[in-house]
Amino acid sequence: MNLITFTEAGLFCSLGQFYIDPWKPVDRAVITHAHSDHARYGSKHYLCHTYTKPLLQLRLGEGNYQAIEWGERININDVVMSLHPAGHIIGSSQVRIEYKGEVWVFSGDYKTENDGLSGQFEAIPCHTFITESTFGLPIYKWEKQETIYDEIRKWVTQNMEDGFSSVLLAYSLGKAQRVINALEQNQNIYAHGAICNSQELLINQGWELPSVQRITVDTEKSALKKSIVIAPPSADGSSWMKRFSPFRVGVCSGWMQVRGNVRRRNADAGFVLSDHADWDGLISATAATGAEKVYVTHGFQSAFSRYLNEKGIDAYEVKTAYGQEEEDEGKETKIDTP
Amino acid sequence: MNGMSLFATLVHALGTSTKTNDKLDALVDYFGEASPHDKIWVIALFSGRRPKRAVTSTLLAAWCREKANLSQWLFEECYHTVGDLAETIALLLPEIKRGINPHSLSYYLEKLIDLSQNSEAEKKSFILESWEQLNRQEKFVFNKLITGGFRIGVSQQIMVQALARTVSLETSLIAHRISGKWDPMTTAFEELLGGELASTDDSKPYPFFLSYALEQLPEELGLHEEWQAEWKWDGIRGQLIKRNDKLFVWSRGEELITDKFPEYNALLNILPNGIVIDGEIMPSRDGQPLPFALLQTRIGRKNVTRKQLLEAPVSFFAYDLLEIEGHDIRSFSLSDRRKNLDAIVKSVNHPALLVSRIIDFNNWNDLKILRDRSRENGAEGLMLKRMSSTYQVGRKRGDWWKWKIDPLTIDAVLVYAQKGHGRRSNLYTDYTFAVKDGDKLVTFTKAYSGLTDKEFAQVDAFVKNNSLEKFGPVRTVKPSLVFEIAFEGIAASARHKSGVALRFPRMLRWRHDKNVDEINTLEDLKRMLEIYGK
Ligand SMILES: [Zn+2]
Ligand SMILES: [Zn+2]
Repeated sequence: MNLITFTEAGLFCSLGQFYIDPWKPVDRAVITHAHSDHARYGSKHYLCHTYTKPLLQLRLGEGNYQAIEWGERININDVVMSLHPAGHIIGSSQVRIEYKGEVWVFSGDYKTENDGLSGQFEAIPCHTFITESTFGLPIYKWEKQETIYDEIRKWVTQNMEDGFSSVLLAYSLGKAQRVINALEQNQNIYAHGAICNSQELLINQGWELPSVQRITVDTEKSALKKSIVIAPPSADGSSWMKRFSPFRVGVCSGWMQVRGNVRRRNADAGFVLSDHADWDGLISATAATGAEKVYVTHGFQSAFSRYLNEKGIDAYEVKTAYGQEEEDEGKETKIDTP
Repeated sequence: MNGMSLFATLVHALGTSTKTNDKLDALVDYFGEASPHDKIWVIALFSGRRPKRAVTSTLLAAWCREKANLSQWLFEECYHTVGDLAETIALLLPEIKRGINPHSLSYYLEKLIDLSQNSEAEKKSFILESWEQLNRQEKFVFNKLITGGFRIGVSQQIMVQALARTVSLETSLIAHRISGKWDPMTTAFEELLGGELASTDDSKPYPFFLSYALEQLPEELGLHEEWQAEWKWDGIRGQLIKRNDKLFVWSRGEELITDKFPEYNALLNILPNGIVIDGEIMPSRDGQPLPFALLQTRIGRKNVTRKQLLEAPVSFFAYDLLEIEGHDIRSFSLSDRRKNLDAIVKSVNHPALLVSRIIDFNNWNDLKILRDRSRENGAEGLMLKRMSSTYQVGRKRGDWWKWKIDPLTIDAVLVYAQKGHGRRSNLYTDYTFAVKDGDKLVTFTKAYSGLTDKEFAQVDAFVKNNSLEKFGPVRTVKPSLVFEIAFEGIAASARHKSGVALRFPRMLRWRHDKNVDEINTLEDLKRMLEIYGK
């Protein structure tokens, strides 16, 4: 029995009459997390985790939002639906659907390492697992986050000694909070408006996060000397960056695993820090669900599904409209409007 | 930090720093800290003296797959994404846990050199053993030592500057001392940089003086009387050396290529000793230049055949004299050096050695008109040299300028795309272009450069959304993007479907204003071949 089908508008549960992370406006949307490629504008009703709701409101404006807790079981028409931590960003959730003993899980985006903010990813036993595959090649294996944080701290210190500002490019929702936490010891962390907006919202929601200073037209250039600046990837190369001169740019992204990407981004440093599971994470998560059938969405879906098939798991690739967030990080950038 | 780790750190620093000064600092730090024997190897590696390849890529890949337990298709998928074999392997092998690696860079290099004599099993055991000693960054470097091509943006010039700072000597002296023929296995750092070698090595060439392209109007160079004009030849820049009754020919790439040009042997007995001539190795007959494509038939061949000697004879077009009677005269003025050069070439009087003639002109305007006739003269433009200038080291502004003619251009449509390598390993940046032939399209050239990063990203997105077919890494693209392709020369080629081969093709601009019906035709190409391809 297909509890989820792949339609023009997105992942659809026909028994429950709702979509998950639809990329077209629909009547009922269940949202895994607040990244723009998963949470899109225009649906009549949104259901998401409690932590995700304010982030959706910030991004999509006022609307019809319903929030639930992890593990809370909701009956929607004929099915039982619940959300479970995905460990990707604050509020990010997997979607579990059960109908007459049959269980399907959509992972949304996830990572298996606990970042201290997003909750610990839980593998949910299921018959069919729909997984992302952003870093679904064995070249992607992450170091422990503490190791990467140490690298970032060392780099920042070196820059200060050399008289440079450190501009760290990190996605405004997720990675930016992790990087800011890692640099908490430092005074004067400045941030781009997009990042301040998320940070302030989260602090207002009661998250214990360091506050950052917003960069505005009035920010004194002298105050920015040898400072730490957190900016979204889209700010790279824009004229907005000029005010930090002299500065060095560090990109925080799983894509930095490949040297060519560091150079292509013209970054001074690449930090392999990701909010997605690495190759081993994808495999262990998939195996832990015990699923006999796996659908592989955005990323290296053909390679990962072929690999699973070789390991005796019935796997298929699925084309979705997700992945923009990851693309933005790895690729050339567009100019940002916060 | 010890040898190999220190070197890996250097390679990492060089690979990630975007500024020349940072690279320079990294090298100076390295030269300050590394052992003399490792330093010698770094000089050798960064000046293109890589040891002969000991292990094939195929074997390396197979051993890596075995070690990491990967099927071939998955390995290849990874390779296509990374774009570099050495790096792919480094990323796929399990990371090791260890303290300090006891081995030096020279240890690995010298082992690799010995290895070429060994059996496959011995090679395998050394490679696997090394992989287990090295962390990821070092593994990458180690693999690179085998596969070659440290494309880390260190020019020889930066290395020379770093060495100059390390041993407190003039850069020109360093450049000279590290040039030429020496073996890192048997040469000591002090010996090489102390100049002991230079005084005993008869083959030692001088670093070449290179020019920048003229960006301003020639009038801005001042009085035309102070300038010497010559044709800019399109051959192989080289140095012809005779010392102690031995003749040597060096290419600008610091390769000793004496054996490739037996034509020059005739000069051995007639040139005086203690002489170094700078010039261009040119295909030519009766003193007239022939197209570069002819020379290309000879480059890369191990042995020159009699047929090639007949069909593509070469001469040495001399520009400059750097040494006479064993004396370095690079500090003389160009006009003085030239007088000596003319006298020598005249006394030698042999068709294998010609002077690149000086062009008479009465004012800058005359010269502009002459420049427009470069192609008829088999040249790609003019060289302007200040008569009072000394012979300097490396690429310098001010005294020498190349003033090239505009390239030939043709409008063509993109039909195939392939992912680039290195910096562009995830983007489709290598393109094949076609012109019209009736209602068909005929491919005629590839091009990889000339677009901005932003344009490459746009074309990449187009390729991904408009692929018709996929053959391995190549995608067939809906023919609709039109580009103006610029190139320096055109020659007949039986190997290409179109019947022509271009020299230095690149994308001059993206013609958003043109659609595929408005591109050039095969007829147009053939016409160009007739005019410029002789
Ligand atoms: Zn996401
Ligand atoms: Zn996603």
